[in-house]
Amino acid sequence: MANAQEIAAEEFSTVVTTHRPQIFRFLLSSTRDVDLAETLTQECFLKAHRNWASFRGESTAMTWLMRIAINLQKDHWRNRRMQFWRHTQTNSVDLDEASDWLPSGESSAEQKLLAHERVGQVWKAVEGLSERQRTVFLLRYVEELELSEIAGATGLNEGTVKAHLSRALARVRKELGGSR
Amino acid sequence: MSFKGEFEDRQAENDALDSELQQVLANFRSSVHSWSEAAYIRPRTGLAASGRRRVWRLAVGWALGCALVAGGVSGGLYERHQRQETARIAAVHEAERQRQLAADRAREEEELLAKVDSDVSRQVPSAMEPLAQLMAEDETR
Repeated sequence: MANAQEIAAEEFSTVVTTHRPQIFRFLLSSTRDVDLAETLTQECFLKAHRNWASFRGESTAMTWLMRIAINLQKDHWRNRRMQFWRHTQTNSVDLDEASDWLPSGESSAEQKLLAHERVGQVWKAVEGLSERQRTVFLLRYVEELELSEIAGATGLNEGTVKAHLSRALARVRKELGGSR
Repeated sequence: MSFKGEFEDRQAENDALDSELQQVLANFRSSVHSWSEAAYIRPRTGLAASGRRRVWRLAVGWALGCALVAGGVSGGLYERHQRQETARIAAVHEAERQRQLAADRAREEEELLAKVDSDVSRQVPSAMEPLAQLMAEDETR
């Protein structure tokens, strides 16, 4: 019995080491708030640890963890709606700051500036998406999950995932097209 | 969904995305990955900058809230004090008016009485005067 517990603890430890950065990244891109992303990541793994025994491996650990993270994030925003001064307390970085993290592959200063502007426009489009569209878009184009994995993590069927993705992409295209 | 199905989906999706959009999405992904990596490995020394910002905002919020409450309470107290003062002044004026009124009434009554006295004393019938003199003489006798 003690041996089984030790094995489970070891397995969970491996899961944390493997998936923590990805869960954090997803929560960071969803909230644009480093502190909040850290807090929610911790809560996610705490919840996962409590329920680790009930995880039957029907989906991958990543999908299971992502599902917990999505639910935590939803709960957080729902609770914040009740807060009178949620606007004054928000710590989300602004879109311009979020666009600062650009890959250094762009050669000229002009290209860098253009890429910065384009990334900013994508952030702006993402901000305007509905909660579901945003989640699906980020899981697809930032986390590069397959449609079936997104469906598993969000609890939607694949057709709905595709529809959300299509609408999200249309919005991004419109945002990018608007400044051309 | 099978691997083949996923592959076909991905292919169809890529076909739908023009190369420029693909490039923009790739840049967006790289930017999120870089930001996340930097934030993930940042040293966590006590309160982070944004944590300090949050504390400051909270403190400013509390200070403003306290100032508002204090302002409201002192405004209410001042208003109450003003009302009490006005009522006290009004009461003093009313008492003064009543006192003045009573004094006037007393003076009028006094004057009336004096007038009546003088009128009565002057109206002694002149026809009775000799009799009065006789009475006076009888008394001297």
